[in-house]
Amino acid sequence: MSAVPSLERLNTASSGNALELRGVSRLFGALAALSDVTLSVRPGERRAVLGSNGAGKTTLFNCVTGDFSPSSGVIRFFGEDVTTFPPHERIRRGLRRTYQISSLFAGLTVVDNVYLACRGVSRNRFSLRRPRRDDTLQHAAESLVDAVHLTAVKDRLVGELAYGQQRQLEIALALSGAPRFILFDEPAAGLSPTERQDLVQILTSLPAHIGYIIIEHDMDVALRVVESVTMMHNGRIFKEGRPGEIESDPEVQELYLGGGHG
Amino acid sequence: MALAEPRLAIATPRPREGLSEVIARQGTAFWIVAALLLVMPLLANPFWLVQILAYAMILGMIALSLMFLAGYGGIVSLIQMTVAAFAAYLVAIFGDSAITQISLKWPWWTAVPVAILLATVFGTLGGALSVRTEGIYTIMITLAIGSAFYYLTLQNYTIFNGFSGFNGVLPPAFLGIDWGSTVPFYYLTLGCAALAYAVVVYVSRAPFGLALQGTRDNPRRMAALGFDVVAHRIAAYAFAAVIAAFAGVLLVWYQRQVSPGTGGVGPVVDMLIIAVVGGLSRPIGPFIGALVYVLLRTFSLDLLDWVGFEGKRYQLLIGLGFLVIVLFSPDGLIGIWQRLRDRYRKSRETQAAQMRVGGGSP
Ligand SMILES: Nc1ncnc2c1ncn2[C@@H]1O[C@H](COP(=O)(O)OP(=O)(O)O)[C@@H](O)[C@H]1O
Ligand SMILES: [Mg+2]
Repeated sequence: MSAVPSLERLNTASSGNALELRGVSRLFGALAALSDVTLSVRPGERRAVLGSNGAGKTTLFNCVTGDFSPSSGVIRFFGEDVTTFPPHERIRRGLRRTYQISSLFAGLTVVDNVYLACRGVSRNRFSLRRPRRDDTLQHAAESLVDAVHLTAVKDRLVGELAYGQQRQLEIALALSGAPRFILFDEPAAGLSPTERQDLVQILTSLPAHIGYIIIEHDMDVALRVVESVTMMHNGRIFKEGRPGEIESDPEVQELYLGGGHG
Repeated sequence: MALAEPRLAIATPRPREGLSEVIARQGTAFWIVAALLLVMPLLANPFWLVQILAYAMILGMIALSLMFLAGYGGIVSLIQMTVAAFAAYLVAIFGDSAITQISLKWPWWTAVPVAILLATVFGTLGGALSVRTEGIYTIMITLAIGSAFYYLTLQNYTIFNGFSGFNGVLPPAFLGIDWGSTVPFYYLTLGCAALAYAVVVYVSRAPFGLALQGTRDNPRRMAALGFDVVAHRIAAYAFAAVIAAFAGVLLVWYQRQVSPGTGGVGPVVDMLIIAVVGGLSRPIGPFIGALVYVLLRTFSLDLLDWVGFEGKRYQLLIGLGFLVIVLFSPDGLIGIWQRLRDRYRKSRETQAAQMRVGGGSP
């Protein structure tokens, strides 16, 4: 496969990147889930990562957040080498993520889930004192709940929510605090058409300085909310480009239609 | 959908309430128990006040520190009894005892804070050692630390006075009160136990406790929210150690002596049994477990004699009780109580509904 770094022109100011991966690989036993991935994303840039199941997209996210450490390679976040940082250190620097399989606190209410997320990126994580009623974090949590259209169920236990609502809550958790860069792992999977509309609206109305990478099988969603696309296959990046270029690329069309995914 | 399956529902963060709101929220059972405990010196003889109730409250505090870690943090640590025993030793070493060649005879108001501080440091370090393990491995490591401490106290004569330990460790007298006499000691213990209970209830719904429960249910997500899971767990060990250390001070004043057996493997495991039998889901559980334990321990002699067994086998009775409770209610006595109450409420509701139906039909 030919690596055509057509976006390289956009990324000349390499030191000013939000996210930069150099030669990142991750092995699971003999399986190379990621091989020699080099990628850079500018601050505020919005990019889609496309590829069939098992292409290594989620593994890429896990390496960036520190959920897994890469077998080799370097990861920089806003210029800082975070390769060996534990996840919470990366999160505190403004990185956020959502999980492909919702990872929430089922025994807590919606608001309390978001409250925890706001706490995690604030000081006083160890506070022994209960918050006051007019606590700023409590307000922040409530307005995030509003932002993802969950106000009506804000006091319900998360375990009782519908699937689509849980996916929306995943997004709220990733928006807590002051995110600078967000990784969305298949946020639209399993959502109804209306819920997809809501998702697109949430993504497009994010403040311009917040960049993100979105993994999304649904081209209709993905290509409407990004300005650049990275194609992955078998743990490698094989193409990068603008949505229009990618859509009309014969190689991509062949792989995507032949790869079992629409 | 792989939601984190909560073993226990997380207590929701409650905003700071006024004292009147907190008081208004308590049920009748709480007030009956509180009132009974307060007027107990009028009702009970000295034996019941000290040997049963005060002792149960001291053991309950140690088990409470275990419950805090296990119930809210998902950390089964057996180190809590050792922390208490260490604090007990330090009170004897820094303060006064019959072993005059070792005890430093500091006044109690220096000896006790230093003992609590050092025991807390010990509990925190023990936590830091075992924090990266889970489940059975945490039990093993903390048990190993406990055994090491037991053999240290047994074999070291220069500091711990070996096999015989320290006797003649008396509670202090201040404010014109001899805190070693029956009624003051009862109230001292009641005050400490009530404070420990209240603090655990409060903290469980403060950000620290809430996040601890988050690390129990979904540690990976907590890290992805910016929480340092390891640091949070170590802090939980420190918090639990403070409670265990206070209990250790009360324990040495209650027994007036401390020896290697205080922190032996027997008491270490007993503490786990007390917490599990009482119930790990609520801070009141350990106190109930401790009361049952002390009652069994005290009266099993008569009970076993009565059914024709050797009386000294109270451990057998405790073991059997443990088995029965764990088999029938994984959530301990608290769980049984809650189920009974729910059933009672439900039956009352259906009764009320039937009455409405019956009353409505001619
Ligand atoms: N924790 C893991 N252990 C072993 N293999 C894994 C693990 N996570 C992912 N893999 C493997 O790595 C490959 C890439 O997986 P993943 O990154 O989840 O793909 P994608 O998200 O693109 O569908 C797959 O073959 C998968 O089986
Ligand atoms: Mg995936």
